Amino acid sequence: MSELTLDVQGLSTHFFTRAGVVKAVDDISFSVARGRVLGLVGESGSGKSVTGFSLIGLVDPPGRITTGKILFQGRDLTKLDERELRDLRGNRIAMIFQDPMMTLNPVLRIDTQMIETVMAHDNVSREVARQRSRDALGMVGIPSPEERLTSYPHQFSGGMRKRVAIAIALLHRPDLIIADEPTTALDVTIQAQILAEVQRLAREVGTALIWITHDLSVIAGLADDIAVMYAGRIVETGAVEEVLDRPLHPYTHGLIGSVPSRNARGSRLRQIPGMTPSLLNLPVGCAFRSRCPRADAACAADPPDSFPVEGRTLRCFHPQLEMVA
Amino acid sequence: MTTWMLRRLIQAVFVMLAMTVIVFIGVNVIGDPIEILISPEADQAERARAVAALGLDKPLWEQYWKFLLGALQGDLGRSFVFNEPALKLIAQRMPATLELALTAVLMSVVIGIPLGLYAGLKPSSLAGRTIMGVSILGFSLPSFWVGLMLIMVFAVQLGWLPSTGRGQTAELFGVQWSFLTANGLAHMVMPATNLALGNIALVLRLTRAGVRENLPMDYVKFARAKGISPSRVVFVHVLKNIMIPIVTVVGLEIGGLIAFAVVTESVFAWPGMGKLIIDSINVLDRPVIVAYLMMIVLLFIVINLIVDLLYTVLDPRVRLENKE
Repeated sequence: MSELTLDVQGLSTHFFTRAGVVKAVDDISFSVARGRVLGLVGESGSGKSVTGFSLIGLVDPPGRITTGKILFQGRDLTKLDERELRDLRGNRIAMIFQDPMMTLNPVLRIDTQMIETVMAHDNVSREVARQRSRDALGMVGIPSPEERLTSYPHQFSGGMRKRVAIAIALLHRPDLIIADEPTTALDVTIQAQILAEVQRLAREVGTALIWITHDLSVIAGLADDIAVMYAGRIVETGAVEEVLDRPLHPYTHGLIGSVPSRNARGSRLRQIPGMTPSLLNLPVGCAFRSRCPRADAACAADPPDSFPVEGRTLRCFHPQLEMVA
Repeated sequence: MTTWMLRRLIQAVFVMLAMTVIVFIGVNVIGDPIEILISPEADQAERARAVAALGLDKPLWEQYWKFLLGALQGDLGRSFVFNEPALKLIAQRMPATLELALTAVLMSVVIGIPLGLYAGLKPSSLAGRTIMGVSILGFSLPSFWVGLMLIMVFAVQLGWLPSTGRGQTAELFGVQWSFLTANGLAHMVMPATNLALGNIALVLRLTRAGVRENLPMDYVKFARAKGISPSRVVFVHVLKNIMIPIVTVVGLEIGGLIAFAVVTESVFAWPGMGKLIIDSINVLDRPVIVAYLMMIVLLFIVINLIVDLLYTVLDPRVRLENKE
């Protein structure tokens, strides 16, 4: 096991709204080693994106990190002031956002938006910054990057814009990239190209990656480890093959079972009954119990972290030990 | 670009033409200037002479036709009262109004945008809320009353600022301007402030609303995630996005300030176009009224054109026409 780039311990991010406290992220722990890819999986509203924003200190009021440590290369990010965080953002830790249409500023040219990122952290000339921007565009497969630098975001397609956003994240060859559904809107060919590029970066530069997604098939091909989130908590972690082949938590089980290609042709698609609970004033106990086929009275208490197998964590009283059909 | 300009110019000509018809009929409806211009003791023959001299004995369409022919040659008629070309009268008064209105616009931008940014970035701070509260007064107090209060406090009680006239002027490009001399500037402070007050409030509230609307957007968060400085996020990323509505409103306000500076000019006895048009309406000096309104329409057309051109600079998504 190589050194840890990121080690999150007991992180909670709560939103203090008028209606009550929304525990978007509730006491989660995970770590990513240098050059490794962690897939953070869960349904919409499970707190994946808030986790990502918490890591770079961009949770806006009324939300705030209430407890926990975020150890990035040994430094606790929750203790840093805004100035120190800004030095890391975009530089050592980069984030790729979910919506490609909205992440680039519509009224600024691509070169402006890229060069400012380079020059915010490195003391280089404008010309050098421009060259680096052009190279980064080429790296994510944008044809004729020199000309495209002077374009505006609206002159790019959605997929191209996403690639620009990815190129911006790669500018400083960061130690950690948090990618929030980065390939969701892309063609499969482009997706494969970007995944390959990202894997190469992880291998060669040692970048650690947190890949936030709901798409298990991407995770299966890309990630080394997986963390499954449900209602603000991480319910299961482990090496990706292990978890996908032998899920222990009933929720992970259901999630894998819902992948259409795993269902037999002609039969009804399987789904997890019920809906994700509202994170507002979530009751104590396992959040999944109302949808869980295995729930019983014990589930009304918070399941503690358990370590059923070496390298895996689990939060469940009744792990499912049989194989997925 | 050129075809767009050409189309706009043709449109402008039609707007001007339509305006002349409306104005011409309008001034004929509101009253007969002869009753005001000649003395009540004048006899029938004298009266007929005056009517003929002003060309009022001709049918309306002929008067209009004569006016149009003159307008094409840059002659908008002679003032009944001053017996001088209407255009010349207006041109004499225009610099005074222009410098007053432009100073007011400058003030509203220079004061309104920074205050609006502050109130938008710190909406719940005491200063932010105070700014918003005071801004309500800014556009709800009637400007004549504010003008009178300004005179009472700063001219009458404190004696700091002069309250009437343009003061000392200096010549630039063959025109007399107040803003070039210290004395002229002192004369301009109160009327310009008075005129600017409503607009400062407007620009301020617009800026604040823009900031509130743009801050939660993803592009702001992404810019912050890139690690660029907060001032760059606000002044480059956010400000450029909110300039579009501000430019629109400021553009329209310039026209409005010039056209409707009447109240302020009357309160501060500022010898501008506003006073001229009020005096002209009182004595039904038709050529001056028509010429003045034509100038104002022209002004609005030019300002709208400039605003449209500015859009293309500010928002790359706006194109004046398709490339092909």
